Amino acid sequence: MTLLILLSVSFIAAVVLAFVGDRKFAHEINILGSAATFIAGIGLAIEVYMNGPMVAGGKFFFVDAFNVYLAVLTSFVSMTTAVFSRRYMRWEREHGRVGHWGMRFYHAMFQLFIFAMLLALLTNNVGVLWIAMELATLSTVLLVSLYRTPTAIEAAWKYFILCGVGIALALFGTVLLYFAAEKVLGEGGEALLWTNLSQVSDKLEPTVLSLAFVFLMVGYGTKVGLAPLHNWLPDAHSEGPTPISAVLSGLLLNIALYALVRCKVLVDGATGTHQAGYIMMGFGLLSILVAAFSLLRQKDIKRMFAYSSIEHMGIATFAFGLGGQIATFGALLHMLVHSLTKSSIFFTAGHASQMHRTQEMDKIKGLLRGNPLVGWGLMFGVMAIVGMPPFGVFVSEFLILTATMKDAPLLTPLLLIGLGVAFAALFRRVQPMVAGIIPANQHPLKAAHIPVILHMALVLIIGLYMPSFLAEWFHTAVELLK
Amino acid sequence: MSINLAAQVNSIMAALILLTSFGLLVQRRMYGLLHLFAWQGLFLSVSTAIVGYVSGAHHLYISSILTLTLKVVLIPYILHFLMRQLHIHKEVEQLVNVPTTMLIGIALVIFSYYLTAPIRELSTLVTRSTLAVALATVMLGLLMMITRRHAVTQIIGFLALENGLFFAATSATYGMPLVVELGVALDILIAAFIFGIFFFQIRTTFDSLDVEQMTQLKEED
Repeated sequence: MTLLILLSVSFIAAVVLAFVGDRKFAHEINILGSAATFIAGIGLAIEVYMNGPMVAGGKFFFVDAFNVYLAVLTSFVSMTTAVFSRRYMRWEREHGRVGHWGMRFYHAMFQLFIFAMLLALLTNNVGVLWIAMELATLSTVLLVSLYRTPTAIEAAWKYFILCGVGIALALFGTVLLYFAAEKVLGEGGEALLWTNLSQVSDKLEPTVLSLAFVFLMVGYGTKVGLAPLHNWLPDAHSEGPTPISAVLSGLLLNIALYALVRCKVLVDGATGTHQAGYIMMGFGLLSILVAAFSLLRQKDIKRMFAYSSIEHMGIATFAFGLGGQIATFGALLHMLVHSLTKSSIFFTAGHASQMHRTQEMDKIKGLLRGNPLVGWGLMFGVMAIVGMPPFGVFVSEFLILTATMKDAPLLTPLLLIGLGVAFAALFRRVQPMVAGIIPANQHPLKAAHIPVILHMALVLIIGLYMPSFLAEWFHTAVELLK
Repeated sequence: MSINLAAQVNSIMAALILLTSFGLLVQRRMYGLLHLFAWQGLFLSVSTAIVGYVSGAHHLYISSILTLTLKVVLIPYILHFLMRQLHIHKEVEQLVNVPTTMLIGIALVIFSYYLTAPIRELSTLVTRSTLAVALATVMLGLLMMITRRHAVTQIIGFLALENGLFFAATSATYGMPLVVELGVALDILIAAFIFGIFFFQIRTTFDSLDVEQMTQLKEED
């Protein structure tokens, strides 16, 4: 029941907001809808915490420790993003960057996007998972081109085409998966249900599944933003409105990785080898290195943090590929803290570029004096994302690094080079932006405080003390993914 | 209709789908592309219906009707409408290296046969031999999207790729579960509306639908 509420709230909110359009209170309805989704998410989490994994809606939905925390995270970040977008998008509207229809579209699609992500997380059907992923792409494509500038349209077109093709290959992988499953489970919808598949995964035909995994890896990997399939990501994240960058980076990449990991479990069960893991490790490591060295060359603030997202998704993919208790635990934690930190960074980066009327980092200066919250928010955000203690990213990266040293010691230097270069690249850039006197091109701005403070506080708390329920979920999830 | 005959008719349909794929790869004229795409949809729909008849999997009839309405009627109609609105229906696209493209296409078909060989051995379905054609259609659609520079052509390549996926689903497994097929069809329909809006956005911003002009976003050195 809670599950149904969780899903339907965002869908209803999307419809309502399509009718409300550009009216003044549209922002508040957006916040209200996302807050209701979040509350339902908490409710679901408590239910699962009390009663364990559950299957609902005629086996159509399925909640376990792995997806419930992502569902709560998704609804939480979308709520804080809605709070942030109230001030941010009002400013954009007042400065004429978005029109009347643009705002109507923005709100409706924002909620539809959340709906698609939650559906992808909670569905038990691997085919429906694919459909929801595609819906999540489609609902954000036109949001990326919201500003109608030539670069925005180019970015959106790239996003549409590349992710469209990528996800099409994932569908081919799903067809192959169904082909193998049908032999064991018989024809019909039952054969694509994850709960059934995971029970018989050792009976699935290994050759078919390893072929399927190549397609699924390339397909969902495109959406995760793994190198060399990452070309769409920096463009889409830098050209779209900042709240969309925040949810794309903080949530959508996670969901795509979730889909990939779910498929990996089945392939591992069927092949009995570590082959899928090696493929993921390769893609992950390549992404870390490509992103780290690309970070050095960035001039656009949002583009830079988009590359940082590629790096962090690479780290999580690598860790899932590595497998083992510590690495998987680290990867799950990394998805959580990266999502919180990165969306907070995008909030502050968005405000910073509004204050300076540009996204070029050379022209952004004196943030600490101009707007302490934005300045400190960005500073702490970057400190957290590069993996400095005491923030949560440090913990997850430390765990992953430890596991790498144990299981794949030869790869440790590569991983460390990636982390080190990313650290240097980001720090070199953030210092001049936050320090210094207020430049002439800076304008005062009423920034959204609460989301940034909330996110950073959570990342700090997770870094210092892991709540027991979270640790318990992660441990259960680690068992599931073994 | 005996199973043997049906399998042969299905193979002919597969051959025709492959033929239209190659046709799409080198067709210069916009209307020509549209017609070829509609024909491909029709062959796909007929093939799905035949498989549905032979296998007794009656949900394939629904899938077949879905393909017919979506890929043969609705999307070509939308594209036709857009081409008229944007005055590009008489445009002729410049193509380079047609022979090379064809050769790569042939290589892709052989590669598809190689890749699907283990699956063909495992399968007991009458349609198993057409799976390679389905994968080839997917790859040729991909090739078309890479080699072509026009926004409309790229979209047709994308839709041809989706045709290949539907075909793969029917030939490998007698179709995906109905809920999945319906969802995929819905996604394609939404995508059709989105690229419609896109064409207008690209046209008003860039003055033409040549995606070659979209090269502003890249890493500066």
